[in-house]
Amino acid sequence: MTKSMKINLKVWRQRNADAVGNFADYTVDASPDMSFLEMFDVLNEQLIQNGLEPVAFDHDCREGICGMCSMVINGRPHGPKRGVTTCQLHMRSFKDGDTISVEPWRANAFPVVKDLSVNRSAFDRIISAGGFISTNTGNAVDANTILIQKEIADEAFKAATCIGCGACVSACKNASAMLFVGAKVTQLSLLPQGKPEKESRVVAMVNQMDAEGFGACTNTGACFAECPKQIPLSVISTLNREYLSAKLSGK
Amino acid sequence: MKLDSKIPKGSISDKWTQYRSSVSLVNPSNKRNLEIIVVGTGLAGASAASSLAELGYKVKAFCFQDSPRRAHSIAAQGGINAAKNYQNDGDSVYRLFYDTIKGGDYRSREANVHRLAEVSTSIIDQCVAQGVPFAREYGGTLSNRSFGGTQVQRTFYAAGQTGQQLLLGAYSGLERQVGLGNIKMYARHEMVEVVKIDGKAQGIIARNLITGELERHFGHAVLLCTGGYGNVFYLSTNAMGSNVTAAWKAHKAGAFFGNPCFTQIHPTCIPVSGHYQSKLTLMSESLRNDGRIWVPKIKDDTRNPNTIPEEERDYYLERRYPAFGNLVPRDIASRAAKERCDAGFGVGPSKMAVYLDFKHNLMYKYGQSEASKLGISNPDDDTLTRLGKAVVKEKYGNLFDMYKQITDEDPYEIPMRIYPAVHYTMGGLWVDYDLMTTVPGMYALGEANFSDHGANRLGASALMQGLADGYFVIPYTIGSYLSKEIHTKPISTDHEAFVAAEKFAADRISMLMEIQGTRSVESYHRELGLIMWNKCGMARNEQGLKEAIEEIKELRANFYKNVRIPGSINEFNPELDKAGRVADFLELGELMCVDALEREESCGGHFREEHQTEDGEALRNDDTHMYVSAWEHKENCQWELNKEALNYENIKIQQRSYK
Repeated sequence: MTKSMKINLKVWRQRNADAVGNFADYTVDASPDMSFLEMFDVLNEQLIQNGLEPVAFDHDCREGICGMCSMVINGRPHGPKRGVTTCQLHMRSFKDGDTISVEPWRANAFPVVKDLSVNRSAFDRIISAGGFISTNTGNAVDANTILIQKEIADEAFKAATCIGCGACVSACKNASAMLFVGAKVTQLSLLPQGKPEKESRVVAMVNQMDAEGFGACTNTGACFAECPKQIPLSVISTLNREYLSAKLSGK
Repeated sequence: MKLDSKIPKGSISDKWTQYRSSVSLVNPSNKRNLEIIVVGTGLAGASAASSLAELGYKVKAFCFQDSPRRAHSIAAQGGINAAKNYQNDGDSVYRLFYDTIKGGDYRSREANVHRLAEVSTSIIDQCVAQGVPFAREYGGTLSNRSFGGTQVQRTFYAAGQTGQQLLLGAYSGLERQVGLGNIKMYARHEMVEVVKIDGKAQGIIARNLITGELERHFGHAVLLCTGGYGNVFYLSTNAMGSNVTAAWKAHKAGAFFGNPCFTQIHPTCIPVSGHYQSKLTLMSESLRNDGRIWVPKIKDDTRNPNTIPEEERDYYLERRYPAFGNLVPRDIASRAAKERCDAGFGVGPSKMAVYLDFKHNLMYKYGQSEASKLGISNPDDDTLTRLGKAVVKEKYGNLFDMYKQITDEDPYEIPMRIYPAVHYTMGGLWVDYDLMTTVPGMYALGEANFSDHGANRLGASALMQGLADGYFVIPYTIGSYLSKEIHTKPISTDHEAFVAAEKFAADRISMLMEIQGTRSVESYHRELGLIMWNKCGMARNEQGLKEAIEEIKELRANFYKNVRIPGSINEFNPELDKAGRVADFLELGELMCVDALEREESCGGHFREEHQTEDGEALRNDDTHMYVSAWEHKENCQWELNKEALNYENIKIQQRSYK
């Protein structure tokens, strides 16, 4: 059967947004086949049994698609493996006896709710500002009357796979949201359906991004390196190009 | 109470058209004075909220997640059905209607299903208009694939993440309306009580999950788009937070619960690996397009599957169901896997798994075809594998990656190991043709209602139903009720009904907090799940169900004596949120067993061992059980059964066969 492994944890504890936080040390018996979050389930069960408060953390689908889980593990958003969310990270990526630090996303625009949970509603407000195609239900023409070159559809899809987790922001030393915004702008500006609004969209989204307190792009690519969906850096150049062209046309 | 399903008169293909032309409308200036509450922001909720807001209604939307984009529709993988007939393979509205009724083993309502098939085509148009990047062919047209229980290709998809793309489309529509001020969004809020005034739903009590405060919200109508209750089994493919709470509160406030025992066990999920397991992960049904399911012919065969020769493999679905083969519906594929494993032919460490093998199609279907395109004659196996792998990667890449992440095995090299797991609930709140529950003004959409899938849902039909209900059904049907409510002024939330509902919710939460026993909420949930899986899962029998009912009652009593919830009420406290949900599951589980016990037949996913054919197929009892069970909650977990008779006027009832 599976081996047992002893894991030492340093976990960020913070009662609420206004409280001062600190690291707390815990030890957990884990198994290599456990997911990282299942290891946290074991820790929480242990804490409850001992009359202590469990660690609050966000998670939902545990399949790497909802974008809710959000832990900075040993200094890296979603941990050491490339292209993987926290919930899909397994303990086999660690060794018996390892000490692992776990913190919430780090960004002013993502204030801590409690412990490892943060508030990412800034992302919703950016989408609300322009991350859509203005079409009301019932307006649509037959789907196959819009022909889209397969390569374009595939590229738009690639950009559209962003799960809105915010790892890109957390990874960036400026807490920039350019990868997130670039992904949506790229998806919608590539598709013919999105072209009519492409200038107003990019300007509105960038304005909102700035208003939320996200920083400027550093061009270091940490966002791409930590993105669990490997959204390509090219979406940022598309964003810059679209923004510039919108500005030049007076939007 | 006599149930009135309000099915319009007329021939099946004219009902919806005539309904739409004659249903009462609300004029635009009145719409602005009408407020609608939408609970849940998955496909049904987000599409309903945005469509209603576009029409001019004032909408308030609620979700328990930190953003509406995280609703569990996001995790749907394989695709969405629509009767477009783009493949010229004989599809039609009637055929989609027929497949869905037959797939549901003749336990769904004809009129609703026909409407679903009719609006299916508009959904695809709507989604494309929103910028949903569906898979396309080289000519620029949309691509299709096959799903179980059908013989045409009508499934539209975006790799293995169709649900994500559809939900992000619906979410973008919702956020657009938020920006325009037509929707007020309440994230990290959970509905904990319904407010009824003069018998009508007029609002909800919602709990702000960050501060713990209870809030009162008025609405002229309340839409529950809160998904299914598969998490009653603890282990399921649902998200961790998926729950029955909103639907259950509605049920206790008078909404009947339809067919609670109809649960879908999905055949292709990654098997359980350990006692700490928190959830199960689906491997999309679309994989059965290209994956062949088999077990060794010898019991306890521990050889590497790649070394087991063809003649020693039992492709049991192809053997038992030659007409549909690996693409039989989910209930049938699940039972067949269970049968093989119970008989001792299962594989993997637990012996509770079967193989899903891509090698054959990877090499000979895709590899060969690519080789032909490149003009390579007599390609060797390595070339075929290399070329085929690229095609399979494009179709299913994210699923293969997910499988490897979880199991540490590479499915391109070695067959997947899969086993059935709880996935979807066909049962849900009983609704009439308008999608209204038995509480006037309260609606249920998407998986939260019972209406379209009978006793078994076909693959790629959940996304279709969620979006049909939200985009194309509720915007019309709600008019039939709201046109009579235009004189109802917004009711102050100081009204005694709001005060009483809030107090009721607050007292319940305090009571839970004060127990301070010794067991975690999670431990109760696990135990309940085990009872449900063992006795109300893939196979059920009278004795087991009776035992389960007693065990659940005992467990529930123990919960209220001995649960331990840490922290306090007025703060972010996920354990308290979970406690409220598990408390509701502890009641629902009992009702599911009561329903399964009452339904003396096998149909779809409901398999009563006492009722089976000689070759182990489900045996319906049409003479006595051709009805929807609609359970009415009385006092303290006592229920009364109401029946809605099912009349099949357009489809000839047959014993379902996929052989």
